[in-house]
Amino acid sequence: MLSIVGLTTDHGHVRALENVSFEVPAGSLTAVIGANGAGKTTLLRTLTGLTKPTSGSAHWHSHDLLSLSTEEGVRHGVAHVPEGRSVVSELTVAENLQLGALWRGKDPDVQIAREEVLSLFPRLRERLSQRADTLSGGERQMLAIARALIARPDLLLLDEPSLGLAPLVVEQIFQTLDRLRKQTGLTVVLVEQNAISALEIADNAVLLSLGKIVISGSASLIAQDTELRHAYLGY
Amino acid sequence: MQQFVNTLINGASLGSIYSLMALAMILVWRSTRVVNFAQAGQAVLSTYVGLEIHRITHSYPLTLIIAIIFGALFGALVDLLLVRPLMHRVGDGPIAAVAPVIVTLGLLSAIQGFVGLIWGGEYRSFPAALSQNGFKVGLTRIPFSPFDLFILFTTLLVMLAFAYIFQRSGLGLAMRAAAFEPEVARLAGVRVARVRTIGWAFAGGAGALAGALITPTTLLAPNSLDLLLVFGFTAAVLGGLESLVGGVVGGFLLGIGLALVVTYLGSSFTFITAFVVLIAVLLLRPRGLIGQRSVRNA
Ligand SMILES: Nc1ncnc2c1ncn2[C@@H]1O[C@H](COP(=O)(O)OP(=O)(O)OP(=O)(O)O)[C@@H](O)[C@H]1O
Ligand SMILES: [Mg+2]
Repeated sequence: MLSIVGLTTDHGHVRALENVSFEVPAGSLTAVIGANGAGKTTLLRTLTGLTKPTSGSAHWHSHDLLSLSTEEGVRHGVAHVPEGRSVVSELTVAENLQLGALWRGKDPDVQIAREEVLSLFPRLRERLSQRADTLSGGERQMLAIARALIARPDLLLLDEPSLGLAPLVVEQIFQTLDRLRKQTGLTVVLVEQNAISALEIADNAVLLSLGKIVISGSASLIAQDTELRHAYLGY
Repeated sequence: MQQFVNTLINGASLGSIYSLMALAMILVWRSTRVVNFAQAGQAVLSTYVGLEIHRITHSYPLTLIIAIIFGALFGALVDLLLVRPLMHRVGDGPIAAVAPVIVTLGLLSAIQGFVGLIWGGEYRSFPAALSQNGFKVGLTRIPFSPFDLFILFTTLLVMLAFAYIFQRSGLGLAMRAAAFEPEVARLAGVRVARVRTIGWAFAGGAGALAGALITPTTLLAPNSLDLLLVFGFTAAVLGGLESLVGGVVGGFLLGIGLALVVTYLGSSFTFITAFVVLIAVLLLRPRGLIGQRSVRNA
């Protein structure tokens, strides 16, 4: 279980997260939704050590996430796919994948994980020797997710994987996610602007506004709440 | 014609040393975004250490190897004790662009002062691996010696080793990722700080080798490698400052170009030529002669 208690993060004078607490049961998918500037990205970055919190705590099982560096978090099964198709442009697709499993050394399972990831995203297999900056936006997002998955994380943090992608590609990525967690018991925190699609596959949801939690709970209940939808999600 | 060919091979041997220095500058620039002016001081220090080893052991191989190892360790220490804490403190404010310049320039003069205190300011000779007398072709002696051949051979070996490490090994992949996208690299589990220190160590070793190879010709004094720093930096800029291959090509071009200038114009033109080349590249091809844009930026 991921358990976040009283998390507060400041960017200088801007309080981006204020006293945020929620839990994500192991094996579930929680959608974090909210408008621009709500603090969604800050939440994920704080969880993986890219941004330092002001106060609060966050634990993944028994690991104190806030005391782990980004690179050590990866070794404890936490994978973070940040905003904006984060791949290394100068490396090939194959190298980007290899990068994700580098810390696992010569573990024979790396080859198996690589095959699995490539069968999840067959498009990448055709482009293994291409530089990552020759990929389309959607392909790059697939590569970023694949790079995270090849480490066989048990907690996956995804920041707006759908941003700027065609609806069909979004659909494909979300279905892949959904299938993956059902097959492997992966725990997912999915940050999304695209609330409709996210709530469809989520078990639970957290709605953030100006750094604070407005409501958290069952995704289907939140999706049905017309007032909330009008006020915060704009549909 | 004979003179032209001689100039070319002589220039290639000098150029290979500039390439090494360029590699040292590029390795540090790529990993830490610092132009390491102290590289000249680090190389002078490791060369003096080599000289001491030679005084004690009279063994050239030991001299060279210990100078390189010392250079690598010292490079790692510069990062660990000076650059890493500094970059950590200044974060990414406006000071971040200036602080490394101040620190590496300061370190350069600190090392040169220290070296002057210990070994004095007078010029000393430094051993060469092989004879520095030119080969004989027929009855004439050409200005290309067995030691020049040794220089070419050694630097090519080092470049091949670097090429292998960077293109084929996991460490090289981690170093490239850390250089281009440190945050993505960290998220992939790369211990970026450690990888950077290794980059500084490689650079220190390459700089030490460059110093030990050029010093039999230039002689050794606290500031005897300042010119090598200028040439190495020029070569690195010629290659676009990011690319190791570019730095090597830049080094050879510069070495051959300067050798031609010395032969046909006179040695007083070398320094000014290097500067003209540097400025011309910055104005006309700021990405270096072989630099390229990233293909797509969507
Ligand atoms: N590095 C930073 N320095 C200063 N302020 C920041 C920084 N990063 C984020 N902020 C501020 O913190 C608040 C939350 O930003 P955050 O990026 O977490 O929002 P978000 O919910 O991810 O928004 P979006 O949907 O647009 O990605 C915003 O007001 C933003 O301006
Ligand atoms: Mg965001």
